[in-house]
Amino acid sequence: MQAVLQFLQANMWPLIDALVIVGVFPLLAGYVVLLERKVMADMQARLGPMRVGPHGLLQPLADAVKLMIKEDIIPESADRIIFWMAPVLSVTAGMLAFAAIPIGPGFLIAEMNVGLLFILAVSSMGIFGIVLGGWASNSHYSLLGALRSAAQLVSYEVAVGMAMVSGLLLAGTLSMTGIVASQAEKGIWFVFVAPVGFVIYLIGSVAETNRAPFDLPEAESELVAGYMTEYSGFRWALYFLAEYSNMIVVASVATTLFLGGWMRPFASIHALDFLDFVPALFMLGVTGYCVYRIPKQTGKDQGFILAIFAGSCFAIAAALGAVFAPPLAFLKVPVLGAFWFIAKVMGYVYLFLWVRFTFPRYRFDQLMKLGWHYLIPLSIVNVMGVATALVLHRQAGWSSWVAFPVLLVVTIVLAIWLVRAGERRDQEAARSAA
Amino acid sequence: MMNQVLFYFFAGLAVLGGVLVVTMRNAVHSAVFLITSLLATAGLYLTLNAEFLFVVQIILYVGGIMVLFIFVIMLVNLDVALHQVQFNRQSWVAGLLSIVLLTELLAAVALARSGGPGMQLLPPPAATATSLEGNTQQIGVLLFQNYVVPFELASILLLVALVGAVVMGKKKI
Amino acid sequence: MDEIRSEGMAPPSVELAVPGADEIVLNMGPQHPSTHGVLRVKLRLDGERIDGSECVIGYLHRGVEKIAEHRTYTQFAPYVDRMDYVAAVSNGLGYCEAVEKLLGAEATPRAKVVRTILTELQRIASHLLWLGTHALDLGALTPVFYCLREREEILKIFEKYCGARLTTHAFRIGGLQYETYDGFEHDVKRFCDDFGSKVDEYEQLLTGNRIWVGRTKGIGILTAQQAIALGVTGPPLRASGVKWDLRKAMPYAAYDQYDFIIPTATNGDTYDRYVVRMEEMRQSRSICLQAIENIPAGPIMAKVGKVLKPPPGEVYHSIEAPKGEIGYYVVSDGTTQPYRVRVRPPSFINLQAFDTMVKGHLVADVVAIIGTLDIVLGEVDR
Repeated sequence: MQAVLQFLQANMWPLIDALVIVGVFPLLAGYVVLLERKVMADMQARLGPMRVGPHGLLQPLADAVKLMIKEDIIPESADRIIFWMAPVLSVTAGMLAFAAIPIGPGFLIAEMNVGLLFILAVSSMGIFGIVLGGWASNSHYSLLGALRSAAQLVSYEVAVGMAMVSGLLLAGTLSMTGIVASQAEKGIWFVFVAPVGFVIYLIGSVAETNRAPFDLPEAESELVAGYMTEYSGFRWALYFLAEYSNMIVVASVATTLFLGGWMRPFASIHALDFLDFVPALFMLGVTGYCVYRIPKQTGKDQGFILAIFAGSCFAIAAALGAVFAPPLAFLKVPVLGAFWFIAKVMGYVYLFLWVRFTFPRYRFDQLMKLGWHYLIPLSIVNVMGVATALVLHRQAGWSSWVAFPVLLVVTIVLAIWLVRAGERRDQEAARSAA
Repeated sequence: MMNQVLFYFFAGLAVLGGVLVVTMRNAVHSAVFLITSLLATAGLYLTLNAEFLFVVQIILYVGGIMVLFIFVIMLVNLDVALHQVQFNRQSWVAGLLSIVLLTELLAAVALARSGGPGMQLLPPPAATATSLEGNTQQIGVLLFQNYVVPFELASILLLVALVGAVVMGKKKI
Repeated sequence: MDEIRSEGMAPPSVELAVPGADEIVLNMGPQHPSTHGVLRVKLRLDGERIDGSECVIGYLHRGVEKIAEHRTYTQFAPYVDRMDYVAAVSNGLGYCEAVEKLLGAEATPRAKVVRTILTELQRIASHLLWLGTHALDLGALTPVFYCLREREEILKIFEKYCGARLTTHAFRIGGLQYETYDGFEHDVKRFCDDFGSKVDEYEQLLTGNRIWVGRTKGIGILTAQQAIALGVTGPPLRASGVKWDLRKAMPYAAYDQYDFIIPTATNGDTYDRYVVRMEEMRQSRSICLQAIENIPAGPIMAKVGKVLKPPPGEVYHSIEAPKGEIGYYVVSDGTTQPYRVRVRPPSFINLQAFDTMVKGHLVADVVAIIGTLDIVLGEVDR
C-alpha cells in the first residue's frame, strides 16, 4: 500500500498526463470520423451528418452505440481466438503509440530516449492486426487483401523511416521532446529546412494508414474485399478506430518532427508574443459562433446540445486564457503548446482528408511501383542531401542559410531526374511488352 | 523490487512463448507465440536499460522477420501438416540432448558467477554501461568508430542477400 | 468510312470450362458494386493477369421485343424508355422516327428542333452519369456528386416538360404531345451557360491527374480495325480513331441545321474514351445553345391520324444514342401492332469488345474497362 502511494506520488504528473491523453485522443479519433464526413460532404457539395446532434456533433456517439449493440457474427470456420485478437492488436498498437507523443513540454505519458523509434516499432506491430485479421476470416479474398495491405505497409515503412531519418539528422536526438527542443533552439521548423523529407513523409504516411489514394486493399469497388469484410459490429469499430488513431499518431509524428511540435508559429520572435493570445481568442470565436447558431437549430434539444458544446468551448477558452494569470504561469507553455499541437495535427489530418476526396485510387502494382521505384530512392537521396548540408554547415563552416537551400535545390533536381528516368524506363518497358 | 518482478514476468513470458511455439499444431498460432516470445525478449532488453535494442528488436524481428514468416505461412497451405499425426522417433534422443545442453548451460553460468580462474566467459562490463549517454549513442559510437568495417561488411552481405532474393524471385516479365 | 476496312477477325472463343494449368476462373457479379447492373463476368486468370473472359448476361431480360408484337405502335413507345433507362429520350427518338419512316410521315420542323434539344440534353445527362460512376469506380469520390448535381438540372427540365425525370416518353409518333412550357428556352439557356465552366471543373479534377492518367492510359485498348470488326459504335468507336457519327453521316431530326464537330482520338484506350465523351458534352451544349436561339413556330404534331396502321413493310432506322448507334428494325404487317420490333442495342454490341479489351490486363482494370464501355444492362438484356 505504502509502495503504491509512493509510486503515485512520484509519478503524479505522468499519470495526469496519461489520463488527459488517454481521454482526449480516442475521443479525438472518434471526432475525426465526424470531421471526415463533414469535410467529405463539403467537398462534395452537400451537408453531411446534420441530424444527430446539431450539425451532426453527436454522430460519433450514436455510431459507437450502434456498433456496440450489433450482433456479433463470427464466420463458421474462422479461428476464434485469432479472430478475436486481431482487431484488439490493431487498436492496441494504435493507442500504445500515444504514450510517446508529447503534446507539450513535459506533457506526455512516457519520456523515452527513443520515442520516435518506439512509435515506429508500435506501428509495425499494427501490421499484424491486419494480417491476422485477414487470415482468421478464413476467406481467400480477405487473406489476399490483408497480405496486400501488409505488403503496402511494409514497403512504405522504409520510405517513411528514411524521411524520419532526414528529420532526425537535423534534430540530433530520437527523443520526441528533444526534437521539438532542438527546433526551438534552432528557431526554425524542420519542414522549412528539409521540405523534401516532409513531402516524402506525407505521401508515405498516407500509404501507411491505408488511406486513399492508397486504399485499394480496402476499397469496396474492387474485387478483393479486404481484410475487414468478415468483421461487423464492435470488432469492425475497433479496426476503424485503429485506422483513425493511426492517422492521428502519424500526424503527431509529422507535427513533432517537421512542424515544430507544440511551438507556436514564430516562437523565437518575441515581438510576436501577442500570438500567444490566439488560442484563447480562437476558442472564444468558436464559442461565439456556436451561440450565434443556437437559435437557428431545428429543435430545442438540438439547441440545448449546441449550448453544451458552446459551454465546453468556452471552458477551454477560459483555461487557455487563465494560464496567463501569475499563479498558473507554470502551466502556460504546456497548455498553449497543447493547443498549437492539436491545431497542427488537425491541419495535417485535413491534408489526409483533402487528398482522399480529390484523387482516384492507385492500382496495387502502381502503388508498389511508386513506393519502391520512386519514394525509396528519393528518400535516400534526401537523407544524403540533408547530411551533406549538415556537414557543410558544421564542418566546412558554411552558413546554414546557404548550405540547406543549395542542397535542397540539388535534391529537387536529383528528384526530378529520378522521376523522369523512372517514367522513361516505364514507358520503354510498356512499349517493349506491348 | 520492480526490476525483479519485470524480469521474471518477461523471462517467464519468453520461455512460455518459446514452449508454445513448438507445441502448437497450427502454424499461425506458433507464429503468434513466437511474436510474444520476441516481444518478451525486447522487454528484457528494456529492463537492462538498452532501449535502442528494445525498439530495434521490435522493428526488425517482430515487424520485419515475423511479418515475413507469417506471409510464408499464410501463402503455403499447411492444412496437410495440421492433420498429420505428430510422431517423431527421435524424441528420446532429443530429450537426452536437451538435458545435456541444459546441464552445460547451468554449469557455465555457475562457473562464471563463481569467477574461477580460466572459467570466465566475459570480462565484466566496464563502468561505461552506466554512463549518462543513452544506449543509442553508445551503440552508434561503437558501430561507426570501433566496428565500422564489420558493419559495412554486414551491410554488403545484406545487400547481396536482397539482390539475390529479387533476382531469384523475378518472373520473366 | 470506306477507307477503313476491317480485317477479318475470328469470333473470340473462350474455353472457360477448362482453365489452363496455372489458371483459375474468377467470377465477378452479378451482384457487384461496379458492374453497373446485373452483369456477370467470368475471368480466366493467370496470377493477376487476365487471359480470357466471358460476360454472362440476361439477368435483366424482360422480353421487350416480344411485348412489342402485342402492343400497338403507340402503346409500345413507353417500353423503349426502359431499355437504356439512363438515356430514355434517345430511345424514344429512335423508335418514333423509325415508325414515322414506316408511315412515310415526318415530324414538323418545330417538333424536330425540340426533339434535338431534348436529345442533346439527354446525351449530356447520360455522359454525366457515366463520368460520375466511372470516376467513383476508380476511387475518385467527388466528381460523382458534381455530375449528379448538373444532371439534376437536366432532369428538372424534363420533369417540367413531360412530367417524368427518367423514363420520359417525351416524344410521340409524328411529333410531340406537349408544347414546350413557358420558360423552357430560359431554363435550357441557363443550364447551358453554367455548364461550360462545370465541364472545366471536372476536367480540372481528372484530366491532368497522374493517378487518373495512370489508371486509364493504355488500359483497354481497342484498335480501329478491332472496333469496326466487332461492330462497336459510339464514343468507343470514335476514340479508336474512326470518325463516324450518325448525326453527321446520316442526319436525322434537326442535326443538319447545326454546327458541331465530332470528337475523335487516336489510341482507343480508356483515357481517350474519357476525352471523347467530355468533348461530346461540350458539343452537345453548343448544339443546345444554337437550337434554342431559333425554335421554329408551328404545329408540334404531324398529321398521322389517331390509329396508326403503317402499310406492310420493314424499316431499319438508327440514331446516335449517347452509348452508340441504337437501331430499330420494325416490320409491319399492316395491322395496328408491329409484326416484329428488333432493337440494335449499342451496349450489347459494345460489350462484345470486352474480351478483346481486357486480355492481358490486371483484375483491377476490369472495373475501369466495364466503366469505359458505358453499358446499361437494361439495354444489353432488353
